[in-house]
Amino acid sequence: MRGVLYTVSALIVMTLAYWAYYENYETQEALREAASLQRSIGDARETLSVLEAEWAYLNRPDRLRDLAELNFPVLELMPIEARQFADVHQVMAPPPELPGLDLGDLTGSVEVQGEVSQ
Amino acid sequence: MIRTPLRPLARVLEARSKGENPDKIERENIRVRHEEMSERMRLRAESRLLFVGLMFVVGFVMVSARMMVLASSDVVEPQAANSSARIVAQRANIVDRTGKVLATNLVTNSLYAQPHLMIEPDRAATELAAIFPDMDVERLKKDFKGTRKFLWVKKKLSPEQQQAVHDIGEPGLLFGPREMRLYPNGKLAAHVLGGASFGREGVHSAEVVGTAGVEKTFDEYLRDPVLEGTPLQLSLDLTIQSAARRVLFGGMKLMNAKGATSVLMDVKTGEVISLVSLPDFDPNKRPPVPSKGDASDSPLFNRAVQGVYELGSTFKVFAIAQALELGLVNPSTMIDTKGPMKWGKYKIRDFHDYGPRLSVTDVLVESSNIGTAHMAINIGGKRQRAFLETLGMLQPTPVELVEAPGARPLLPPKWSEISTLTISYGHGLAVSPLHLAAGYATMVNGGTQVTPTLLKSNSVKPGPRVISERTSDQVRKMLRQVVSRGTASFADVPGYDVGGKTGTADKPKPAGGYYKDKVIATFAAAFPMDDPKYVLIVTLDEPVETSGRDPRRTAGWTAVPVAAEMIRRTAPLLGLRPDIEAMAQTKVTEAKF
Repeated sequence: MRGVLYTVSALIVMTLAYWAYYENYETQEALREAASLQRSIGDARETLSVLEAEWAYLNRPDRLRDLAELNFPVLELMPIEARQFADVHQVMAPPPELPGLDLGDLTGSVEVQGEVSQ
Repeated sequence: MIRTPLRPLARVLEARSKGENPDKIERENIRVRHEEMSERMRLRAESRLLFVGLMFVVGFVMVSARMMVLASSDVVEPQAANSSARIVAQRANIVDRTGKVLATNLVTNSLYAQPHLMIEPDRAATELAAIFPDMDVERLKKDFKGTRKFLWVKKKLSPEQQQAVHDIGEPGLLFGPREMRLYPNGKLAAHVLGGASFGREGVHSAEVVGTAGVEKTFDEYLRDPVLEGTPLQLSLDLTIQSAARRVLFGGMKLMNAKGATSVLMDVKTGEVISLVSLPDFDPNKRPPVPSKGDASDSPLFNRAVQGVYELGSTFKVFAIAQALELGLVNPSTMIDTKGPMKWGKYKIRDFHDYGPRLSVTDVLVESSNIGTAHMAINIGGKRQRAFLETLGMLQPTPVELVEAPGARPLLPPKWSEISTLTISYGHGLAVSPLHLAAGYATMVNGGTQVTPTLLKSNSVKPGPRVISERTSDQVRKMLRQVVSRGTASFADVPGYDVGGKTGTADKPKPAGGYYKDKVIATFAAAFPMDDPKYVLIVTLDEPVETSGRDPRRTAGWTAVPVAAEMIRRTAPLLGLRPDIEAMAQTKVTEAKF
């Protein structure tokens, strides 16, 4: 009986030792990975800040205005003015759609008669 | 263990035969046994004490050893703990009210040399001078061959320059990372942002500290690591600022002015939407502070905040509003305007004669000094001073710029009766355009005090009441008439009801007295006049309008057209709905895409 107890406890100790050893290595691996992720996050943030700065620089109002003036023949962009505003009721309603011809089972030729307006 | 019996038969029998009491033997044996037991107990207790003592010693030794290890080791960031850690920029960004970047950071490198590591100092010096044309070869050679172990070569490098230096292949030339402050919009809002430079410098990093403007005011906030780089949001609008600067720059050139400034402010919150001061500078290359000459001629000088000027007739609104508020007059009361008005040895004149009497409205519309002075007499110096105090005209503006507290309004040394008269039409009291903007905001927003601010405020809480709603409404109507039929007729912008007041003040000579042909022309406007949202102040320094036969310097011919163009350009950008019905037949055409 006693021998069995000793064997079992020795086995438990060995298992636990192995588990602790394994966990230790797992933890170290996880820490290394975390560190490398931190580094890449840092690099990404640095890239992001550079890109943001570049975006802000490329979108600075002076440059956009110069570009709008340079490309005036194509874009025809003008500063927005009060006379460009209008009320909704000033907008003309679209013309009513004409009733369509039923051309559902049209297979042969169609004869059209009438006067051609000059 | 064999226990000795307490009553050993042999001894008991022996004792009995001798006639002794055998109980004595038992007692003797019990005593001996107790002695043995207590000895054992003592030993055990001693060993336990020793064990406990040993444990304490081991514990203390471990604690002190750990302390020594901690004290002697380098600082290491705990790795597993900071799972949410982020690389925070050294200095937070500054953004405008819509979130567009006004100031940000860029990582660059600095270049330093360690001459004792150099292999070919002469070649390195020659090649460096080829990369940086501003460097002197002889000087570099001398430095590289001298006794110094360390010297800075360049504070900031562009990536191309860095590569070129790298290609020299000199081991004594080394790079140190640097965070550089970048203002992507260049000159826009330069006076608000101020600038930044390096503080304490090391090889591996350098402090970036603000040198002026909001960069300096909020230096600690921007550098606070607890905020994790939360950007500082200003009340400025980049688009409006850009449009305003362009218009003002054009206006300054057209009117031959040597300087100009404009302030656009929200009348309810006091937020400064745009603040332009010309000439301006590029905060990326902040020029040095001039050591000689007039500081106010430097591009660094913020005319809107630091420049205190006598702003002329724009001040008449305050006198008239106070007279209305005190019930001394109503808008149609007739006021004596017969000139010239004599007061002691002084004479007050008008621009030209307006006849014997004008209504209060017309005094403002025609801008009569005499009429305003008559009202000021009735108000009295004490009440006038208290009124201007509540408008914040006698203290520096509380705006968040380091330059602001230094710009103290210039008051007359003694607030005498003649000062009361002249201040009523804007002479004898010099304030900044920002003061004027805050004052006008109070006049037209329904009469509550306004504190100018450069930070975006999300909640609107009206300040203490200065004038009643009714007075504010009367003032609005009068200001509208100044534009529709008075001195500011050029400010009639189609679609927006603009109201305002012009002011032309002679510039004071440094030695005393006034120049004949140098003026400060100001137009203080508010729009739209039925429910004002914004106040705009445009001030031109020494403008001359030369399209006519005679040069014209009055604000109506100089500052007003500039302000009108500014309103025309910015009002739609500010999201104000134009009054379409009032505009001339608008025609809707199809948009082209």
